[in-house]
Amino acid sequence: MSYEVIGITVLWTFLFGYLIVASIDFGAGFFSYYSSITGTRHLIHSIIDRYLSPVWEVTNVFLVFFFVGFIGFFPDTAYYYGTALLIPGSIAIVLLAIRGAYYAFNHYGSRSRKIYTLMYGASGLLIPAALSTVLTISEGGYIEVTADGKVVFLVKELFQSSYSWSVVLLALVSVLYISAMFLSFYAHKAGDLPAFHIVRKYALAWSLPTILSSLLVFFAIHGHNREHFEKMLDRSWMFAFSFLFFMLAVYFVWKKKNLGLSFIFVMLQFAFAFYGYGSAHLPYILYPYLTIHDNFTNESMAIALIVAFVLGLLLLIPSLYLLMRLFLFNTPYVKGK
Amino acid sequence: MLLTGYDPVMFSRILTSLTLGFHIIYATIGVGVPLMIALAEWIGIRRNDFHYLLLARRWARGFVITVAVGVVTGTAIGLQLSLLWPSFMQVAGQSISLPLFLETFAFFFEAIFLGIYLYTWDRFKSRMTHFWLLIPVVIGSSASAFFITIVNAFMNYPVGFTLKAGEISEVNPIAAMLSPAMPTKVAHVLSSAYLTCAFVLAAITAWSLLKGKNHVYYKKALKLTMVCAFVFMVSTALIGDLSGKYLAKYQPEKLAATEWHFETMGKAPLVLGGVLTEDNQVRFGLEIPFGLSILAHSNPFAEVIGLNDFPEDERPPLWIHYLFDIKMGYVAFMVFVSLLFLVEMIRKKGNTYRRWLLRAIVVAAPVAILTIEHGWIFSEVGRQPWILRGIMRTSEGATTSGHVDLMLWLFALLYLVLGVSSARVLVKMFRNNQAEDELAKYDKEARDLL
Repeated sequence: MSYEVIGITVLWTFLFGYLIVASIDFGAGFFSYYSSITGTRHLIHSIIDRYLSPVWEVTNVFLVFFFVGFIGFFPDTAYYYGTALLIPGSIAIVLLAIRGAYYAFNHYGSRSRKIYTLMYGASGLLIPAALSTVLTISEGGYIEVTADGKVVFLVKELFQSSYSWSVVLLALVSVLYISAMFLSFYAHKAGDLPAFHIVRKYALAWSLPTILSSLLVFFAIHGHNREHFEKMLDRSWMFAFSFLFFMLAVYFVWKKKNLGLSFIFVMLQFAFAFYGYGSAHLPYILYPYLTIHDNFTNESMAIALIVAFVLGLLLLIPSLYLLMRLFLFNTPYVKGK
Repeated sequence: MLLTGYDPVMFSRILTSLTLGFHIIYATIGVGVPLMIALAEWIGIRRNDFHYLLLARRWARGFVITVAVGVVTGTAIGLQLSLLWPSFMQVAGQSISLPLFLETFAFFFEAIFLGIYLYTWDRFKSRMTHFWLLIPVVIGSSASAFFITIVNAFMNYPVGFTLKAGEISEVNPIAAMLSPAMPTKVAHVLSSAYLTCAFVLAAITAWSLLKGKNHVYYKKALKLTMVCAFVFMVSTALIGDLSGKYLAKYQPEKLAATEWHFETMGKAPLVLGGVLTEDNQVRFGLEIPFGLSILAHSNPFAEVIGLNDFPEDERPPLWIHYLFDIKMGYVAFMVFVSLLFLVEMIRKKGNTYRRWLLRAIVVAAPVAILTIEHGWIFSEVGRQPWILRGIMRTSEGATTSGHVDLMLWLFALLYLVLGVSSARVLVKMFRNNQAEDELAKYDKEARDLL
């Protein structure tokens, strides 16, 4: 495997990690707000809170890790994306900042206020929508390099593109689906049946829209970037596996059994789709300007980053394991004892 | 020049300084406070003294709020670097991305253990187990500062690559981290962060004592924080002196601009304050004979390189002289306060709770934060016109996009909201949960046990 393929695999894996942990967090924010309207907040609040409080900070790091690593492995992306994405990037930062800070203020500080809950819920949907546009842009057609080498972001094209909106839709629906599937598992583990019934309903409600919107994105790519679409067809087995795991995961939640396994299947469902999409995207990281081969960092930096990554993992995996053992797989803690 | 017409370079500089200026307050607290919490908890366990344990617990509670703001503004600056300085990051990615990458690992490590630490106060049989969970937080937060300062050291004195026709090649990532600017910079940043946190926590205690609270809990807290402040004051001052010697050797133009030193000469005097005439003559300044030679080389006769040796378009702005002098004024005040406290503590008839001394300690906290801000602006402006000294000018590194001005307003609003609400949350948090109530509750529990 060449260094650039190792590099992009590492980064893509961290983005996948962010996709899962952030979706749980974002979706939980939305459900928390939604349940406060429907009057069921008291039932699901504690389960959401008990999961989120020790891990919210860790979620953020996955994202930081991804973009810092990206600039390390593919420095030219800083120039292209950095120049083009000043405004959407800044808006995403502001949303992330408000969300993170107000979670802590609300949770550790004074009593919770309705406005905080609303902000927390709304940002949970706006952030994935904003972040998903980066993937849309990478598909090509929204960044133009003029004759004198200036990078221009074609905002109008982005807003008028059906592809762009289908990705936003998929992002939102997936966030709610992943989150509800996780919370079903967590509530069941806690033995909190009233909460379980509510989040299970959410999970089932969002399962079909997830598949429908993925199909929509599939067709939209067909219209937007034929080359990418053809390569995805070459990997159709990955998407077939993704669908299979989706069916199994939903089946278990429907039958109210094997919920831990069910969530593992949710992760596999997204892993197959995400890596299928990603590997078909290669070699481009910004179509058609940047590829992983031509815009890779120098070899010595690549080796240094990979070594650092391996050493870092040796430190992180036991730590993450400890975190999960204390808060996720520790039945007395999950049950609130 | 500042407000006429749209200049993305100027707006990028203002926005970056705004973000960093706001972030470093919380980042400094994030680096120093875990160490103070660890000290308090350790003493509490060793002496089996509930007061120190409560101190650690209350500090940790407030710390979470500042960490949250530190995390989100840290994420902001991480992304903003690419958004505002895309050309610079393109070069930085090639040469100095290793410490940036390592910094995220350190941050990751810290985040995981902070989450664990906060939620496991009474979960282990041995209290030492809980204490050990804090050590990764202390290491992680200090390591974050360590790695990120390495990046800044590289910007001041880039090494570890070959420069050919303006392009860098043959990068050695490890050598790039070992810039000659690194040892003094890293040590100065860490030591001053510990110092600032000791003063901030001392000021909170002094404030309570001034308001008439006189439980022994506060007295223990004051002694612990002020002794730490004194220790870190000494180390910060020593490292500061070494930083001056580093500048004299490797960035002489920065030192020369700071001291308005134009002609290269021996027996160079140190100028405090003053104004500069049009032909670069210093007026009304307080001159200390041999001062600069001693500062630069520990030798009153040593030669110090002057600004005239550098082309005019490579000289830092001369107003950094005032920044430096103001900073030194703050330092003098902090030295004075920590010394006075020490004298009162050691003296037989000493009284560390004199109202004027407590008031001075309260003032020392904002002064410590201002020192950091001045020192940081001094260091950044003193590197101008370079973003990467000798390789890339700041104007070449900035974005060319429109609307940076609009983003400046957006972020100014964000920081205003975050600053005000974090302060309000903190005040409310401690007002609703007084230390006296927790102490009384503990005393009652202890009595019930008997």
